[in-house]
Amino acid sequence: MGLAPESQFHVLAVDDNLIDRKVIERLLKTSSYQVTTVDSAGKALEFLGLLEDDHINPNPPPVSPNNHQEVEVNLIITDYCMPGMTGYDLLKKIKESSSLRNIPVVIMSSENVPSRINRCLEEGAEEFFLKPVSLSDVNKLKPHMMKTKDKNHQNPENQEASKQPEVQPTQQEVQKQQQQQQSNNNKRKTMEAEELSPDRTRPRLNGLTVV
Amino acid sequence: MDSAVLQLQRQLSDYKSSLYNEGFLDDQFTQLQQLQDESNPDFVVEVVSLFFEDSERLLTELTKTLDQQSVDFRKVDAYVHQLKGSSSSIGAQRVQRVCIYFRNYCDEQNVEGCLKCLQQVKNEYTLVKNKLETLFKFEQQLLAAGGSIPMQ
Repeated sequence: MGLAPESQFHVLAVDDNLIDRKVIERLLKTSSYQVTTVDSAGKALEFLGLLEDDHINPNPPPVSPNNHQEVEVNLIITDYCMPGMTGYDLLKKIKESSSLRNIPVVIMSSENVPSRINRCLEEGAEEFFLKPVSLSDVNKLKPHMMKTKDKNHQNPENQEASKQPEVQPTQQEVQKQQQQQQSNNNKRKTMEAEELSPDRTRPRLNGLTVV
Repeated sequence: MDSAVLQLQRQLSDYKSSLYNEGFLDDQFTQLQQLQDESNPDFVVEVVSLFFEDSERLLTELTKTLDQQSVDFRKVDAYVHQLKGSSSSIGAQRVQRVCIYFRNYCDEQNVEGCLKCLQQVKNEYTLVKNKLETLFKFEQQLLAAGGSIPMQ
């Protein structure tokens, strides 16, 4: 099934490594996605129109992905290890944002650290790819993008944390979603009290999730 | 088929095999070649060129950083991490391997170990650079003779 150019999926790829950006761009373009690459989490947030204090500043960002068709991002794929804000921090910011949290996020890492992988999945990442990323990894992205594309057209202002995917979710996915909803709810309460740190070594204040 | 083309094809394929056999390249390089097509015929050369530029920058920075009175190992580690990442992404296996040892010495804050690894990684980098440049030259010769590069 071919997609018309207007309905092509748009992927935002975030990686501080120049060679990796080039490779991921080619992998994504080969799969017929529109690609934007940025070299830091900060630039990713800028591109997504997310201001630093989005959750307390009600001013709409200059470009709002769900309200303006010109910058719609259907998936974010990000490296984990980046100087400054890590991919994990970026993931959290996105999931904490009411306008962006429905965008699927995929993490890439050159290091196979199970606790890191679990952390990311618990935080709401759809997939975790070990680098170097292959074409078969990229082939796993489409279903995640299909879910949100349909939802955006139905209901762009989806304030409810629950997802209603077109595809029947697997048991694992349902569990993941429930965990994500829980952690989203908890995060909103504790957001003001905590600052994001790249390596979360202390438990969350409400004591519910310890990483 | 033209015997000159046949010979050039043979030369290219033998050379390529040797690079894999000797561990200079791994499967990731094959993956990159598979991403190249008529609409992106120079993809591999472009990525590899970026790798050369970036690696040379990193090696220069590493040399400077390890030359300091008081070595900033976090910086060294960050540079090596980048080099490890890029070499892995293009399939430069031997360079990647040295980077792994290099990071261990960083963790131990072992300057001598780091300096040894720096020398080793420079050697491996120079080797793979020469090999890849030769490979590309063989490809160009084959194309110029009217042949085509076989898909892996």
